[in-house]
Amino acid sequence: MAECHPVGFQWVMEAKARGATLVHVDPRLTRTGALADLHVPIRAGTDIALLGGLINHVLSNGLEFREYVVHYTNAATIVNEDFRDTEDLDGLFSGWRDDTASYSTDSWQYEGVRVASAAGKREQGTGQTARESGDERALHRHVTGRSHEHGSHGSALEDLHNLRRDETLEDPRCVFQLLKRHYRRYTPQTVAKICGIPEELFRQLAETITVNSNRDRTTAWAYAVGWTQHTVGVQYIRAASVLQLLLGNIGRPGGGILALRGHASIQGSTDIPTLYNLLPGYLPMPHPDSHGSLDAYVADDSAETGYWGNMRSYAVSLLKAYWGDAATADNDFCFDYLPRITGDHSTYRTVQAQLDGTCKGYFLNGQNPAVGSANARAQRLGMANLDWLVVRDFTLIESATWWQDGSEIESGELRTEDIGTEVFFLPAAAHTEKDGSFTNTQRMLQWHHKAVEPPGDARSDLWFWYHLGRRIRAKLAGSTAERDRPVLDLTWDYSTSGPHQEPSAEEVLQEINGRKADGSNLSSYEELADDGSTACGCWIYCGAYAGGVNQTARRKPHTEQHWVAPEWGWAWPANRRLLYNRASADPQGRPWSERKAYIWWNPEQGRWTGHDVPDFQPTKPPDYRPPEGAKRQDALSGVDPFIMQADGKGWLYVPAGLTDGPLPTHYEPQESPVPNLLYGQQQNPARQLSRRRDVDPYHPAGSDVFPYVLTTYRLTEHHTAGGMSRWLPYLSELQPELFCEVSPELAAVAGLDHLGWATIVTARGAIETRVLVTDRMVPVRVHDRTVYQVGLPYHWGRNGLTTGDSANELTHMALDPDVHIQEVKALTCDIRPGRRPRGPDRRRLVEEYVRRAGITDTTGTAHRTTDRHGEPA
Amino acid sequence: MSGAPDPGSEVRRDGLHRTAPGREARIGARGGRRAGRGGEVVPPAEFRSYYGRAVIKPPVWKAHNIASYLFLGGVAGGAAVLAAGADLTGRPDLRRAARLVSAGATGLSLTVLVADLGRPGRFVHMLRVVKPTSPMSIGAWLLSGLSPLVAVAALDEASGLLPRRWAGLVGRVARPGGLAATAIAPAVTTYTGALIADTAVPVWHGAYRELPYLFGASALAAAGGLVAAVTPPGQAAPARIAGVAGSVAAQVLDPAVHRRLGAAAEPLTRGRPGRLLSASRWCSRVGIALLAASSLRPSRVLDVAGGLALTAESALTKFGWFYAGIDSAADPKYTVVPQRDRLTDTADATR
Amino acid sequence: MTDNLLEGRGDPAPDSGYPQPPPRMGFFTDTSVCIGCKACEVACKEWNSVPEDGLSLLGMSYDNTGMLGADTWRHVAFIEQDRPLGRQNNAVALMPAGPSSTGRNQEVVAAGLGERHGAQLGTDTGAVRPGPDPGGPTQPVTADGRTELRWLMASDVCKHCTHAACLDVCPTGSLFRTEFGTVVVQEDICNGCGYCVPACPYGVIDQRKDDGRVWKCTLCYDRLTVGQEPACAKACPTESIQFGPLDELRERAAHRVEQLHGAGVTEARLYGDDPDDGVGGTGAFFLLLDEPEVYGFPPDPVVTTRDLPAMWRHTALAALGVAVAGLAAFAGARR
Repeated sequence: MAECHPVGFQWVMEAKARGATLVHVDPRLTRTGALADLHVPIRAGTDIALLGGLINHVLSNGLEFREYVVHYTNAATIVNEDFRDTEDLDGLFSGWRDDTASYSTDSWQYEGVRVASAAGKREQGTGQTARESGDERALHRHVTGRSHEHGSHGSALEDLHNLRRDETLEDPRCVFQLLKRHYRRYTPQTVAKICGIPEELFRQLAETITVNSNRDRTTAWAYAVGWTQHTVGVQYIRAASVLQLLLGNIGRPGGGILALRGHASIQGSTDIPTLYNLLPGYLPMPHPDSHGSLDAYVADDSAETGYWGNMRSYAVSLLKAYWGDAATADNDFCFDYLPRITGDHSTYRTVQAQLDGTCKGYFLNGQNPAVGSANARAQRLGMANLDWLVVRDFTLIESATWWQDGSEIESGELRTEDIGTEVFFLPAAAHTEKDGSFTNTQRMLQWHHKAVEPPGDARSDLWFWYHLGRRIRAKLAGSTAERDRPVLDLTWDYSTSGPHQEPSAEEVLQEINGRKADGSNLSSYEELADDGSTACGCWIYCGAYAGGVNQTARRKPHTEQHWVAPEWGWAWPANRRLLYNRASADPQGRPWSERKAYIWWNPEQGRWTGHDVPDFQPTKPPDYRPPEGAKRQDALSGVDPFIMQADGKGWLYVPAGLTDGPLPTHYEPQESPVPNLLYGQQQNPARQLSRRRDVDPYHPAGSDVFPYVLTTYRLTEHHTAGGMSRWLPYLSELQPELFCEVSPELAAVAGLDHLGWATIVTARGAIETRVLVTDRMVPVRVHDRTVYQVGLPYHWGRNGLTTGDSANELTHMALDPDVHIQEVKALTCDIRPGRRPRGPDRRRLVEEYVRRAGITDTTGTAHRTTDRHGEPA
Repeated sequence: MSGAPDPGSEVRRDGLHRTAPGREARIGARGGRRAGRGGEVVPPAEFRSYYGRAVIKPPVWKAHNIASYLFLGGVAGGAAVLAAGADLTGRPDLRRAARLVSAGATGLSLTVLVADLGRPGRFVHMLRVVKPTSPMSIGAWLLSGLSPLVAVAALDEASGLLPRRWAGLVGRVARPGGLAATAIAPAVTTYTGALIADTAVPVWHGAYRELPYLFGASALAAAGGLVAAVTPPGQAAPARIAGVAGSVAAQVLDPAVHRRLGAAAEPLTRGRPGRLLSASRWCSRVGIALLAASSLRPSRVLDVAGGLALTAESALTKFGWFYAGIDSAADPKYTVVPQRDRLTDTADATR
Repeated sequence: MTDNLLEGRGDPAPDSGYPQPPPRMGFFTDTSVCIGCKACEVACKEWNSVPEDGLSLLGMSYDNTGMLGADTWRHVAFIEQDRPLGRQNNAVALMPAGPSSTGRNQEVVAAGLGERHGAQLGTDTGAVRPGPDPGGPTQPVTADGRTELRWLMASDVCKHCTHAACLDVCPTGSLFRTEFGTVVVQEDICNGCGYCVPACPYGVIDQRKDDGRVWKCTLCYDRLTVGQEPACAKACPTESIQFGPLDELRERAAHRVEQLHGAGVTEARLYGDDPDDGVGGTGAFFLLLDEPEVYGFPPDPVVTTRDLPAMWRHTALAALGVAVAGLAAFAGARR
């Protein structure tokens, strides 16, 4: 965190000043570890084993926060009797299908009710019909388009009153018992064998966490892409959630799980998504076959209980924001104008489409895939297969110049004159050169004002997209073609100013915040209606412009306001700073501890009160119990803090919504030096693999040719793919050259010299780096052997003031099945002294390695690696 | 370990309690290990540094400018003194030689100083203030004072080339000028010792007591030698004596300096400075011998050879000391070890 | 004569003739909370438009700046050690680790610095050996491996000494004492004589090769005069760099040392806070976790001008000697 979020780290330091213990889990000791109380070295890619070990430690020693677990989580809920655990099936859950290489999640359900994630329900349907009717399209969608339909946080839950719970947590089929069983083999010994964390160290870590998790104390976890960029990325975070729920660390001050995002506004780009499968506010993208009408869409996607029960209001208000007066009840509020999702269009699938020649054009906005995306070579070859490419960035990044100086040009694989791609470079304005807002990981929107005019032809993204849309609409003007209506009916009327007609960013924020029919600003999503009387660009952001005031621009110093600082910026939802904060009070509404008081029930006033905006219906008493058939939030009782969940409970077990299992399970990374000690199932069976073995080959597990673990990361001094740092002298001089970090032990084994050169090789490519030999890297004892890890920053490319090879020349495109994120935090490689070959010899070296490792088209591509499948153990 | 939770801060219904600013973060406090094994209170015996990097910055002066100046300034000052003596004791040939040498050396001194500054205009900045805390400031004023005096004295020796009107004027001011120069000249020969001693350069500062004497003596040797070399043997005697005296004094001071510096004297004995300084000692011996012989039985050849030997001695000494300073500044051990010893001594003393 | 107090305790601004100066301002750099983000280096260069000074990988852990100089007014040092930090538990002892590489790395880097010992800023360690080089470290992985690890970081800066040699020896008056007690170079007056460079006992001030003038930290004199804190302190996310009236900072620092000692970090000590040290105490002082020389600081710096009176005495005496000897030569000379 000190390494990549130094500014945010000041709050960790403040916590340490207040007596907090800081633990750092990382393969290498970073600038965070330098100041931590405890550094826990770990083999990259084994965190679920560690977290599972901690969960087992909690459960087998009865250290869970019992009262919290019983009332606030689904621990007591009874699960469908058809469910089979990985313990039964050697690493698979019930419902595995080889034909689609995915799970059918029917058997994961709660008993007595139909649970489905917004898309999950549809999934099962199509899944089954696909099987029965053999409907190819549905089947195809089932295969390719699974997880992208799990965008919504909502989960439908029918017949909530039928839900069976055993609050003694003794029923063998209740979630709590399933959990116990699932993790019983995640012992300290196993953790040591898998993660390389000595038992003594593990026990110290476990003790630190449990001693600091109870009524009086809380523990927080912070993670960044070190946790997400794995073929089991989502399950990493799930595992942390399970642990935090068991310890009662969610919704309480000093608790939680903090996602440290990689960019200034990544949170914002999922709230108002740059993702292909979501609409603003986590509304799922509608489906071509099952969503003929708004009613079908809403019926399908909205939960009947919990706040997602109001989804129709959110959806209709969004449609009104898009199409204004054109959207009426009669025409289903232009629901048909919305694009329909046809499958997985995630970035890596798009790259394959480029290679296949089916994707013809590509917009890159401040993105540098030739350096920053996994398998940089595949990225470049994909772009070389396009008709046109638009790059909007500050400088001529590698993704804009690969056609004249990329590695493939150097190696002779590509010749510039043969490349048909027409490349447009459009200079972009920096955030200091435009108005706008950032949304940080705390869901806090902070407005920034333009400090200087952008130089030369540089323009803001807002300017670009607004004027692009304006010109397209001008070209289409007068068209009577049905297909042009969605574009022509758009509300595309922002006022502009200045010599370049810069659109008003504040107006965009107002549109996002939403208006009533009379044009006045909305102040809360509770006001959203489903009859078209309100328009709102993103329901969770409703209130950001409450009272006609830009709430996100508030800058009142913390010294002049309440310590929760509600008047600094604005946080969604409803300016809450801590989500699910009802959980900070016990079932009766009293603080769990007087030294951890945050939100509590005030019987005198008959309302919830405290330091923050209650994340709960303000006047719903703790003893409220929903009447039979109650809908939406009214179906949740006074002790259900997790109001966005259909059952109001924190989900230790996920009956639907995930593609790769209801419980986090340790699988080895796609590329691992060792077999999976826990199951016959080596990797995540549902992981996504690219279809292009020719550019994206995988290493065999435990290969002697690629004996070392490689992990990539960022340095404080540079930013991601370097577009914002490698061109700046003041930053470049601080980290002037690509280097890898190796332990003295690995240096001895591989014959590497401090400050000398090394060549790192995988089946995808070969790069050269300078070597830093450092004690901050230590070998780990894993299984029966010592595993050495290579640390590699990924910022570099061939352009800019400081240049070097790109780490992503080495990485592959095996993905997490839920969010399609690449696994670049744990793979295998070889490292050897000296510089890499030049020209064509570079690829020859790689091909030689591929031969020696005996890599074929099928290497590492088996989804199911256990034969004990289907039949219970 | 952290098993014993710190009371820490609290969030009560009325707000925060026991908070603290981030700058009071309790680093290294809660890892649960036996404390106090980190920094040994007693400093370690072995010499440590930051990756072997220099602690102080070595002088940025260029040797061919500043080392030359240390030498030339000495010659200029010493020769001015001899010129005055010759003037008073009526030795016209000696006076002529000394005056010309003095003026020449002074001119060259100014030239190399300006060369090191880069632009002549920059020398003028030296005369903005008079700063007793800056030997360079004092030196600049001394040199500025000396220059016109030795210049006019030298002009008198060349009065034949001047228009008559000027020649008369010069003739009248030459002697007072020349004599006045003796008030400044000796300081010009010795202040250069303070000039380099008044730095953090270990070998220079360490010898701050001896350097003025050493440089003065060296200057006398050079001036005497050079003047003797260009004066007819008949009148060269005082120059010989001055040269020999200066050289002998320098040789006597040399071991004293080494005793004072102790281990820190190493840069004087090794590498380039070591070679230059031992060469200088040989030149001294040769020069002394030859001039001594010449004073017994005056000989132009002996005077020239011996005189140049002493001149070389002085030049080698100044260059030797200059390079020794660079070396002692560049290597951190010459800065750290003596200071570390000083600390341990005081520590022992207080114990 | 504004700066004739060459040693001992002193309050520089009044001593320099300011009638009613503001309190003496300075830095307290608490290296125990430094996270090595180098924001201070960047903020300093941005605010003072100090040029970039070399892109070379130095191999000094994450330090690729090297040392302070004309074009680096803040420098973050990185030191990896096989020693523990207080009660911190880095777990190395439990891992299958061999001997430490820190010693050898120091040698490799030092060797690469050559004769000049990296005395010039940004000096490449030169320790690059391109091409296949199978040699490698000699030590094998053995049982008697390293058991400790700590990573020290420290942001260095001009010390703004109470008795500043650079200021004292400056022949032009270009270096001056501000009303805040800091030491600043007036670039329009500096004539590039370079005298201050070897005079500084900390090796801070240095000459810019292109124009020969000297440059160093001004403690953001321009910001101070309008009530702003220096750029580096402003940018520091963890308050490792603390700016304020020197008296307050010294109190705070003393308290901080007690706090750390109480926490088991017995190695914590202050550097430069003592008004009785060789430079009369520094305006920028530090909390260190090891001996000063480990960070590249002189252990016991002394302002060279402390001995200047003696130097002058010897100079005068020596001058007298030269005069006497020179004239005596005539007496001794027979005709």
